[in-house]
Amino acid sequence: MVRPVQLLGQAIAYAVFAGVVGYLAASPAYTHLDPGLALIKLSFSHAGKHQGECRQRTPEELAKLAPNMRRPLDCPRGRLPLRVELVLDGELLYRGELSPSGLAGDGAAMAYRKFPVAPGRHHLAARLRDSDRSAGYDYEKEAEITLHPRQNFVIDFRPALGGFLFL
Amino acid sequence: MTGPRRVARAAFESVENGFDRAFGPDWNPLHQLGALGWFFYWITIVSGIYLYIFFDTGISQAYESLEYLTQVQWYAGGVMRSLHRYASDALIIVMMLHLVREYVMDRYRGARWFAWFTGVPLLWLVFACGISGYWMVWDILAQYIAIATTEWLDTLGIFGESIARNFLTPGTLSGRFFTLMVFIHIAVPLVMLLVMWIHILRQRNARVNPPVGLAAGTLAMLLVLSFIKPALSQAPADLGVVPAVIHLDWFYLAAYPLLDRVPGPVMWAIAFGVTLLLLLLPWLPPLRRRTPASVDLDNCNGCGRCVEDCPFSAVALQPRTDGAGFSQQAVVANELCTSCGICVGACPTSTPFRRTTALIPGIDLPDLRIQAMRDTMLAAASGLSGKARVLVYGCDQGPDLSRLRSPGVAVLRLPCIAMLPPSFFDFIITRHHADGVFLTGCAEGDCHYRLGIQWTEQRLAGERDPYLRKRVPRERIGEFWSGLTHGKRLERELADFQAGLGSLPPVRRRAVEHTSEGDVRHG
Repeated sequence: MVRPVQLLGQAIAYAVFAGVVGYLAASPAYTHLDPGLALIKLSFSHAGKHQGECRQRTPEELAKLAPNMRRPLDCPRGRLPLRVELVLDGELLYRGELSPSGLAGDGAAMAYRKFPVAPGRHHLAARLRDSDRSAGYDYEKEAEITLHPRQNFVIDFRPALGGFLFL
Repeated sequence: MTGPRRVARAAFESVENGFDRAFGPDWNPLHQLGALGWFFYWITIVSGIYLYIFFDTGISQAYESLEYLTQVQWYAGGVMRSLHRYASDALIIVMMLHLVREYVMDRYRGARWFAWFTGVPLLWLVFACGISGYWMVWDILAQYIAIATTEWLDTLGIFGESIARNFLTPGTLSGRFFTLMVFIHIAVPLVMLLVMWIHILRQRNARVNPPVGLAAGTLAMLLVLSFIKPALSQAPADLGVVPAVIHLDWFYLAAYPLLDRVPGPVMWAIAFGVTLLLLLLPWLPPLRRRTPASVDLDNCNGCGRCVEDCPFSAVALQPRTDGAGFSQQAVVANELCTSCGICVGACPTSTPFRRTTALIPGIDLPDLRIQAMRDTMLAAASGLSGKARVLVYGCDQGPDLSRLRSPGVAVLRLPCIAMLPPSFFDFIITRHHADGVFLTGCAEGDCHYRLGIQWTEQRLAGERDPYLRKRVPRERIGEFWSGLTHGKRLERELADFQAGLGSLPPVRRRAVEHTSEGDVRHG
């Protein structure tokens, strides 16, 4: 026979358990980003130029290759690293060298960086070098942008669409 | 058991004593953590099936379908959604407590490594279930989880393309993503069920259902919580906006804030490192195992009582190999044997009445043979004096019994209390070696070897074979399952028992002192 005091004890235990579950299921709130800031996200995947000059294969050379491997250009496998620069309102936001992926360094280089910034009007410049030139950049885009609090402003890079995309 | 572990176990038992007072030993939630885990699992499955009927896969449809369930169909879908969430949260609590408790109670090493080892992957699976579930809601919490998880996965460097780029802008998100999530959220629980089954594979009579009363109370608690604080979605996801302030489910997502502060590879190293450590824990250090039980075919007729009673499925019946006139024989799987001796207590040939032949039972513990048990008992009993002579039997996992010793009280220890065959009580009491036998050991409802206390009580109550013979006055057998924390009360209970022996009618002395009963093989 369960005594009333036992029932009370059980009720308290259940209430405490439910309280813990109910509270921690959604509290306390976590601040992932200051709501007063915006976020600039640089994200792209792009393969740099090959580390050396490509050579046109002769018809004889192509004929010797298996049909599925008959690529007209014979290029060195490794690719060059990318050099990327972001400048916000004249101040350097990011400058880095992105290595090609893959064990042989023959894959695309990938960028994924996040920069919390103050909202408002800004001048943004994005630059990228994917060749072996010693100075300057192969791609560059500048724009006046207006950021709202908590805005997710994306900088993508797609050479087929002309280079940098501000989204 | 080492000092720190003994202290930790005593601390656990102290908390459990409080639950014992409210729930009783049989309903004590801390004794039912594994069973409660199963119970919460089934609640999430049933409620999940209901939610799935109404869930719509699609970038905006997912959120809308859950809003319909929560707001319009609040009385059914809303309750189911809340049950789904809270039961899965409760599952985390009991799972973690179960893990810590089994470690503290030293029930993860030696022959018991298997349950521990197979429990570790369950941690990953449970978290994968929970995280994928939150992902499907596609509110700002889901958006945060999706981005943080894929960013973390990208740091592994094994994916050709960045997965996180799928969540770069609203335009990069595909509706197929939700189909994938539904698949994961259904497939992972099914895998989990398989692993849960493997997890308990070596346990005989594994508790996969909590007692009805505890289950009813727990379900009622979840229902009340679901009505008081229904599970809700947060604002709909928008990849153009960063989820800034998020209401996390800390049971599943407590590690996510770390991803904002600790590099992804370091987090992977921590996750894999902790997993590896947990997997190796049964051998860090390994348990110093006693010699497993061994079968003596000359005294085994393959009755199967040891098979029925072994809590770890270490004994099995196999076709006879010695040409004796029985069809089967008991065989011990050494790697599964915990050397608890419960099988010895179940063997009908483990009877101390045997005098004309050597006391060799069908199954015995090489490190503590039944012959030695009888000799030790007789030696201890011969030193007793007074009008209420008591033999106290405790187990290796129980409290220190040395302070119970007195001229009228002798103390004996066994690996598990269920190693003591009922015939020993008969022998001690009807042969007047002592006036009473007192049993103690692990806390009630929490036998270290799972079923020792239960089997002992059933044997004494005449509910389980081998039975205590009716000629043995039951009131001359006392018991108090003290655990580590009830030392004082144990002394009182023993004193009361001893005092009560004086008022009992005398036990009829048996006419035949030396008998050959037990020499025959019991079928």
